[in-house]
Amino acid sequence: MKTVRRRYLALEVDSCEGVSSSEFMNVVWGAVTKLYGEVGASQTGLSLIDYDQQKKTAIVRVGHKALDMVRASLASITQMSNKPAAVHVLTVSGTIKALKKKAKL
Amino acid sequence: MKKNAADLHLHADPNNTEQASKLVRKAAKLGYRLVGIPFQTQAQEQMVTMRKVCEDHGVDLATRVDLEPRNPEELLRDLRRYRRRFELVAVLCESKNVARQAAKDRRVDILNFPQIDFRRRFFDRAEAELASNCLACLEIDLRPLLLLEGADRVRLLWTLRKEVATAQDFHVPIIVSSGVSDDMLMRKPMEVVALSSLFGLTNGPAAEAVSTNPLAIIKRNREKLSPNFVAPGIRIVRRGKDC
Repeated sequence: MKTVRRRYLALEVDSCEGVSSSEFMNVVWGAVTKLYGEVGASQTGLSLIDYDQQKKTAIVRVGHKALDMVRASLASITQMSNKPAAVHVLTVSGTIKALKKKAKL
Repeated sequence: MKKNAADLHLHADPNNTEQASKLVRKAAKLGYRLVGIPFQTQAQEQMVTMRKVCEDHGVDLATRVDLEPRNPEELLRDLRRYRRRFELVAVLCESKNVARQAAKDRRVDILNFPQIDFRRRFFDRAEAELASNCLACLEIDLRPLLLLEGADRVRLLWTLRKEVATAQDFHVPIIVSSGVSDDMLMRKPMEVVALSSLFGLTNGPAAEAVSTNPLAIIKRNREKLSPNFVAPGIRIVRRGKDC
């Protein structure tokens, strides 16, 4: 059986107001679906691992083949709750442990 | 991104120091080492102010002029007048005649086309052939890509994909810039590379479009503008009576 290789992304939410985790994921899914459609979005294997509303950081997991798709989708986010916002990728890693060490989360 | 990244089209308003400072600070935070800011043609004081703002944030400034001539004659006149005053000369090609003249003139660094008016994007094979024989680069701004939605964005992506393929066929260098005046629309160099994949630039060429290509233009032009420059490949090494 083929093992699924995964990538973990540490994200920084750049917005004036804090957004809830569900709202954040809705925006991310919306961006992926807008750019790549529902079939493309289903291939990303995107899921939220951790979200810190105070620090405005998040950790998401994606399939390693879909990394560029997710990066492009995250970069295309310009609004959250009708307010200007951006999502920046802090670092990418193969394990959560290494990711937290690299991103100093 | 390990390479030095550059954003050659940052719409910082030199009269509004606070906004300009905000944009430059954000550029530095996102990992850019060089920013290009368009100035009005008579703006020596503003250039000095902006250079200081950039120095404070540890970012190199490239002075840029955006020419918007109505006809080729006006373009030639503007080039004669402004080429030696700015490190970067970009031409916004509003008509086919201007686009052709700009592509074959070695004093033009950047070819820019109307962002949303797809009928006036004149970067076709003839334009690319002219540009490939000279030094002009094709500039792609990411701003409309971030702001447009639905059918307009689809049409923009289709146009950009066609232009990128044409530019690559004729080895015309491509540079990807932000073209923004709002710091929330600025993206990290790696994110620009990822967004470039949407219009057919693979990781290697996209990384060159944000680092190698813009830096090469600046290096070439700074050398030409230096007082020691004589001709390409010839420069004054030493002055004095014993020479």
